[in-house]
Amino acid sequence: MSLDEQVLSYPIPSDAALEPPAEWAELRSKCPVAHVKLPSGDQATLLTRYEDVKRVLADPRFTRQLNAPDAARLSAEGNGVFNSEMAQIIPDGGDEHQHWRRLVGKWFTAKRMAALRPSMEEIAEQLIDDMVKCGAPGDLKAGLGFPLPVYVICDMLGVPAADRERFSYWSDALLNLTRYSRAEMEAAQGEFFQYMADHVAARRAEAGDDVLSELIAAGGPEEGGLTDIQILVTGMALLVAGHETTANMIGKMVSMLLADRSRWERLLADPSLIRTAVEETLRLDANSGFGLPRYLRDEIEVGGTVLPRGTTVVCSMAAANRDESVFEGAEEMDLRRSPNAHLAFGVGAHSCLGQALARTELQVVLEVLLRKLPSLELAVPAEELERVEGLAVGGLRTVPVRW
Amino acid sequence: MRVTVDEDKCCGAGQCVLIAPEVFDQREDDGIVMLLEHEPGEDRHVAVREAAAVCPGAAIEVSDKA
Ligand code: HEM
Ligand code: SF4
Repeated sequence: MSLDEQVLSYPIPSDAALEPPAEWAELRSKCPVAHVKLPSGDQATLLTRYEDVKRVLADPRFTRQLNAPDAARLSAEGNGVFNSEMAQIIPDGGDEHQHWRRLVGKWFTAKRMAALRPSMEEIAEQLIDDMVKCGAPGDLKAGLGFPLPVYVICDMLGVPAADRERFSYWSDALLNLTRYSRAEMEAAQGEFFQYMADHVAARRAEAGDDVLSELIAAGGPEEGGLTDIQILVTGMALLVAGHETTANMIGKMVSMLLADRSRWERLLADPSLIRTAVEETLRLDANSGFGLPRYLRDEIEVGGTVLPRGTTVVCSMAAANRDESVFEGAEEMDLRRSPNAHLAFGVGAHSCLGQALARTELQVVLEVLLRKLPSLELAVPAEELERVEGLAVGGLRTVPVRW
Repeated sequence: MRVTVDEDKCCGAGQCVLIAPEVFDQREDDGIVMLLEHEPGEDRHVAVREAAAVCPGAAIEVSDKA
């Protein structure tokens, strides 16, 4: 049976943790608009070509909210981050979204992130020292990848990093596809909401030096600021978005660079490649997770096929990032690739608000690792790395390394 | 080379500033792009073109007219 006739199960499993499923190339060339079955059993339309993914994501008419009655459900337990009542509190489009985005985005500019670099470097050095003290082999994910972004975002939000185990659990539950039950997801969301409500109330009573205090200081909607509930949910969103994605990416980035150690050696010889190397690992991340869903409020033609209104589309940025018609030698890792207009952070009005932060963290981690642990290598063959399953964000279970 | 930016399209992602900080900055009060140099010197051209190519809002335009 050809891919056109068959309804693929999505996400498509891959045999090797760092490699893409073979279906991607076939879909791009033969079936760029494919029918897929989601974990919920509902059907959706999968896009895998660069131009198509970019067009749908950049189109302001389409929403990531899957609350319309005919929208597909991602998992049998509901839509988690993509469909909670909470997700609707942050405006999803138009002027209101732009207003929210500018109020929050000003705390995440490239310059502000550059100013955080020295403190990020210090945290990275400390974490690496601790990992080395425990002796090789160590787990780079538990030792460095997870804690670093958590420390950084906790500091920005003014919440204690000591609570990070709870944040981890809550965000896993919110990013659930198949791992947790509906009751577990709802309980986690409730606890997380209460935690953040208490935190915002404390900041309102006594301001600190953090983003939430600044959002409170901007006043309510009459003064051009956000409502209380918007501030609260923004805090939750930043905590979830700011840690899981980057934490996993650190592990995947280092694994990809060590899987062929000549890459690591090239970076040792020429650290000026760090910036473009980070972008290239973002592009080639074959395990980036679910992709981005969009609900079509209007019909649109994509790749010669008309998609009716009411369609739920899944945009696979990871598949699009390997599109040969856009990236020369798309399957090859080119540490110097430039320009590298990959879609790992999405594109258009909703493209990742925290991308300057994520990029800075990834660059700092790589630079400090190259400097402190030049002899770093994977402690298992790359083929034995295992993926995290059942969440909307992809990652590796552990990243065993020695030095 | 002449550079223009469209503030309405800009989503404040800061890619341009990370790549060509001599040419682009972001406003303090909303994170939107600010052009520091409309006609950047030769030595900046590669970086400016890269910034324009990767800008997620397609907000940067480069023309070669002198
Ligand atoms: C490697 C790390 C990261 C990746 C791959 C990533 C990816 C993405 C993607 C693909 C989107 C687009 C969602 C859409 O179009 O529906 C997004 C949005 C967003 N990201 Fe990230 N992200 C990362 C790190 C971060 C960090 C560190 C923050 C921190 C604070 C963050 C905050 C956000 C927010 C608030 C949005 C929503 C923006 C909006 O709707 O306007 N992300 N991210
Ligand atoms: S890269 Fe584009 S979207 Fe981002 S700040 Fe610069 S102009 Fe704005």
